[in-house]
Amino acid sequence: MFRRLRSLLTLILLCAPAGANAQPPRLPESEPALPVSEIAPAVFVHIGATALMTRENEGAIANVGFIVGDDAVAVIDTGGSMREGRALLAAIRSHTDKPVRYVINTHAHPDHVFGNAAFAADGTIFVGHKNLPRALATHGPFYVDNFRRIMGSELIDEVRLILPTLLVDDTQQLDLGARTLTLRAWPAAHSDSDLTVMDAKSGTLFAGDLVFLSHIPVLDGSLRGFLAALDKLAALPAQRVVPGHGPVSPWPGALADERRYLETLASDMRIAVARGDTITAAAATAAASERSRWLLFEDYNARNATAAFSQIEWE
Amino acid sequence: MTAAIAYSARDAVVARITLMPGRRFLTFAIAGLLSAMLGAAQLPTAGAEGYDPWPGLVQDIFNNRPMNDGSDIIGIEMPYRAEDAAIVPVTLRNKLSGDDSRHVVAITLVIDQNPAPMAAKFALGSDAHVSEISTRVRVNNYTDVHAVAELSDGQLYVVKTFVKASGGCSAPAAKNPEEADNHLGQMKFRQFARAEGRADGAREAQIMIGHPNNSGLQMDQVTQLYIPAFFIDQLKLWQDDSLVLSMEGGISISEDPNLRFTYVSNGAKTFRAEARDTSGHVFKNEWKIDAGI
Repeated sequence: MFRRLRSLLTLILLCAPAGANAQPPRLPESEPALPVSEIAPAVFVHIGATALMTRENEGAIANVGFIVGDDAVAVIDTGGSMREGRALLAAIRSHTDKPVRYVINTHAHPDHVFGNAAFAADGTIFVGHKNLPRALATHGPFYVDNFRRIMGSELIDEVRLILPTLLVDDTQQLDLGARTLTLRAWPAAHSDSDLTVMDAKSGTLFAGDLVFLSHIPVLDGSLRGFLAALDKLAALPAQRVVPGHGPVSPWPGALADERRYLETLASDMRIAVARGDTITAAAATAAASERSRWLLFEDYNARNATAAFSQIEWE
Repeated sequence: MTAAIAYSARDAVVARITLMPGRRFLTFAIAGLLSAMLGAAQLPTAGAEGYDPWPGLVQDIFNNRPMNDGSDIIGIEMPYRAEDAAIVPVTLRNKLSGDDSRHVVAITLVIDQNPAPMAAKFALGSDAHVSEISTRVRVNNYTDVHAVAELSDGQLYVVKTFVKASGGCSAPAAKNPEEADNHLGQMKFRQFARAEGRADGAREAQIMIGHPNNSGLQMDQVTQLYIPAFFIDQLKLWQDDSLVLSMEGGISISEDPNLRFTYVSNGAKTFRAEARDTSGHVFKNEWKIDAGI
């Protein structure tokens, strides 16, 4: 019985509970190519909708992209559904025949990893922060359950959480052929598995969800870590950033709005904790001055405040 | 007391659950975990839809004792929507009037759809007059949450509320496990300024204990072994030697267990706390009561 239990647990952890009536995966060729723009030579990005993941948008809310070297392609995040992952692969194939050697996940959130399995193939290496396997194991099954409810079984039953095999502890260079990417793993900030990708050749920083523009920043890691990361991020020698959410923007000016929001949140929550407010009361009034400056404020601000309050209580 | 689910390094998986007599609470917690995992595999979409676990929980947790309407006895407050699935505030209120001959002996908090539904059982000190308890819990799903008060006449009174699970990318799991380990066992005690209009002598205080309160549901991806459950299962608070409040807790209590409560001072000079976790650690501390508050 326990052997069975373990195999079931493994199934859950790998997010493979496809029912007997699940649709067979569609072939990549059948997916129309995801619209991408070439923001620098051989650097392509799809800008996600600033929205929550829904059945209608098929989870395509995060920025995803790919970089083409002389020998191979690196994909940076795979989107919020297998359908988006396949559409990204179709976009790659419309620009190059070179093999996808690396799939890099900037962190564990579903809008960045649910398309991973579209790229599972011999010779493709999945790359992530050293904490990414743990984050996918502890959070992934909840994401799959949540989004099956929100997006429906047809989109979610085929999702497989592919764990990275190349883990980044500090920094890691990936050679695509006359093009070297520098990956950097961050201490807990937006999440506990944040990884950035720097393409020195074009001066492009793929920041994952360490950078938000327009879309309210989301705190699922450490507020203090997030603020500390901003200073180090600002020093990276990039010309432009591809944020996790929001438009491609000049660097490091793109950090200003996010820094203001996080500092306001920290300051408001420090005052609330010092005053003896309850966590519920504090979350209701947190960062009110930021309300008009962000999209999806009502969807994430109280959550950010709840996490921030519980961390600041320990200061 | 020991409670462990041990998995051998080889493929065979051995479950060893050793329980001292009377540790029914933990039995429920562990049994709940196992059945929830099995159930989750068979019914991946099972949630609040269509299946009400409450009758079974009344049987398992309360031995099918009769449940009376508790709306005049206790109150339960939670946000309608969980913002952060790992940190959902809940407040329990004792609504019995001071003239009532009965008093509340214990309040049990049950999160019906969680893997371990019995979140906590609070026992109230007989002379501390605890009127309000706030804590933070994990909420996995759309769920009813029940609070059951046991009165001194032996009767049970129940109230419930409903919580919508948080949106998509929030999970009832640790955000920063390294940080949780860093302050393992640290305790913070805080006394709040007395609110206007409180009954004579009522004080408000908060106790926090650094602990990951790990559910044990995850597999270590490096070793492929299951991480054992590791959580605070007992917390006791006293003013001098008189019990204010005790909690038997489980994995539905959020990381870094946090209790904020009101009580009536008996004139004690010190406040003491003792917590115990499932690995047998005992954390103790005491603080001078600030009489000026």
